[in-house]
Amino acid sequence: MKDHAALSEAFNKDEQRVNWHDETLWWVRQKRDKASHQIPDWEELREAASQIKHNVLSDLGNYLEQFEKQAINNGISVHWAADAKEHNDIVHGILKRHGITQMVKSKSMLTEECHLNHFLEEQGINVVDSDLGELIVQLAKEPPSHIVLPCIHKKKEEIGDIFHEHLGSEKGESDPQILTETARIHLRNTFLTRRAALTGVNFAVAETGEFVVCTNEGNADMGAHLSDVHIASMGIEKLIPQRKHLSVFLRLLTRSATGQPITTYSSHFKRPRPGQEMHIVLVDNGRSIQLGREDFRNSLKCIRCGACMNTCPVYRRSGGHSYHTAVAGPIGSILAPNLDMKQYADLPFASTLCGSCTNVCPVKIDIHDQLYKWRQVIIKEGYGDKKKATAMQAMAYTLSSPKVYRIAGKAGRLVMKYAPFAVNNSLNPWYKQRDMPEPPKESFGEWYKKNRS
Amino acid sequence: MRVGLFIPCYVDQFYPNAAIATLELLEKLGVEVGYPARQTCCGQPMANSGYEHLTDGCNELFVDNFAEYEYVVSPSGSCTLHIKEHLHTHNDEQKALGIRKKIYELTEFLTDILKIEKLDASFPHRVGLHQSCHGQRGLKLAQMTELTANPFSKPVTLLNMVKGVEIVPLNRPDECCGFGGTFCVAEEAVSAKMGKDRVADHIQNGAEYITAADLSCLMHMEGILRRLKSPVKVIHIAEILNGVKETVV
Repeated sequence: MKDHAALSEAFNKDEQRVNWHDETLWWVRQKRDKASHQIPDWEELREAASQIKHNVLSDLGNYLEQFEKQAINNGISVHWAADAKEHNDIVHGILKRHGITQMVKSKSMLTEECHLNHFLEEQGINVVDSDLGELIVQLAKEPPSHIVLPCIHKKKEEIGDIFHEHLGSEKGESDPQILTETARIHLRNTFLTRRAALTGVNFAVAETGEFVVCTNEGNADMGAHLSDVHIASMGIEKLIPQRKHLSVFLRLLTRSATGQPITTYSSHFKRPRPGQEMHIVLVDNGRSIQLGREDFRNSLKCIRCGACMNTCPVYRRSGGHSYHTAVAGPIGSILAPNLDMKQYADLPFASTLCGSCTNVCPVKIDIHDQLYKWRQVIIKEGYGDKKKATAMQAMAYTLSSPKVYRIAGKAGRLVMKYAPFAVNNSLNPWYKQRDMPEPPKESFGEWYKKNRS
Repeated sequence: MRVGLFIPCYVDQFYPNAAIATLELLEKLGVEVGYPARQTCCGQPMANSGYEHLTDGCNELFVDNFAEYEYVVSPSGSCTLHIKEHLHTHNDEQKALGIRKKIYELTEFLTDILKIEKLDASFPHRVGLHQSCHGQRGLKLAQMTELTANPFSKPVTLLNMVKGVEIVPLNRPDECCGFGGTFCVAEEAVSAKMGKDRVADHIQNGAEYITAADLSCLMHMEGILRRLKSPVKVIHIAEILNGVKETVV
């Protein structure tokens, strides 16, 4: 299994493509800046959102029970899933009971986290993703590379090729308008023939038992309104106490994500229409464990806007797939080690700790501080690189003794001066694309001794 | 006012001129500067790699060396931030907490404590200012483009006091250079690409020099510039503020 460094090295083989990826996402970051800078009380809004989520996390059990009670009163069936497998089994069970073998699904990162599509396909159930970006990566048999912009790693010409192969568009067609029309016609038929629709949940209101789904394409609404069975999958951290709190979160979500004032559709689902069944699956899948980790608890405030990815200079230059997890980028790097510390031991290190992620986060998660803290946990738990541990011990030994430090410094500068080949070689990763500094003839300490003391 | 001068390990070893400029500048401004000879490193290289538990030796040395001073000043935002956030000691934690409160990065010490309003220096060049992340987002030396807040910049305030300095605008005024400590070798491909992109921004905008309040970023960008055989040079901000002379060392 390749780690982030190896996967991003492969991504960087094509520098022009890296430039394109970087500039595309930087453009989204700039749109976010333009939208947020127009709101004079933006920073207060972030603080309010952060505090509301803090309140939710501090009393999550009670809010969940309140939500369940209200939802049941509204006529919704509520299911509890401890992990991904239970979630998938619950969804499968509902479909099986209705004899349904085809389902349309709108955007849900939770189902990516649970690998639902793969599971249902194994059970003989066909799933069509109705979000345009999700549909593209589904046809390409790839995971999404970004939580808001799933196919941001694909150029329009490549999408044209995928549509030509799967949806019968003209060969070489890359006009976005025409390709969108092609997808629309394909999806229209899907919407009309599917009896079951699965949607994600952006916000669930404890007070009323309703949930809110935000999309730009209206695909969640189309799927849900035409279906006999509507299943909504949500992580247990998606709760907000009251409906009025949406006035904070809906202002923040899309400005942070894409720079739009609000999603085209912010749809409230409260009760099934007559004859329809509505289900909510409340999924834990590690969230309770994360809630118990004091240093990392705040990560559960995340509203999945993707702003931290767009601003991250590492994400922009390594691509979402290099994070080898459903939620990529800085937020994914603090969420994934909670699920599997060994498999995702590399992710907290895939950062320069520049802190830009923390500054754009609409719910003020201290992302870069948590990356630093995960590094300490991962090393202490023994998931670090053994060679690096030896080097670190040698470094700590040298820097803990002024005498050893002075000797090593002098020796180091001598080596660089008289034997630059010893450091300027291909075994030194620094030297692959960068020269070493010119060694001075004396250190500051040596100069100071001569000139001041 | 007695100030303890903290010169981080790699500045001591590779960039003595920046350290000399820092010392001379503080002395010119009437500050009594002490340089404890037994200093080494703030411990950040280990800590950022997940080995904060190996930094006890560095921490104890740091406390022993600097506890007695009224202020501690360092020409590095990154090392200053590390001490501010992570310095501990087993012997006397109050001493460590005291140092965390009284350590300043050079430019903030000049603007916030000495409150200087003029400098006797000239540097008639086009200069690109690299906003090092830890200084900017950690110590808040300058406003951050992500936030909806009034702009300010302590390094720019100081550079504007130097005759002849022309600060070039950048397309991305506060993007990371990709150094990141051991990140620069562990994630070589992304790190070098970030460095190349950062340097290109300065070159495209006509900088003759790239300056910063952190030499780690400058060392990274210098490595890239030299590989590109670019005439653009890096220079620590202390050297500009002190008035660049002939190379001392």
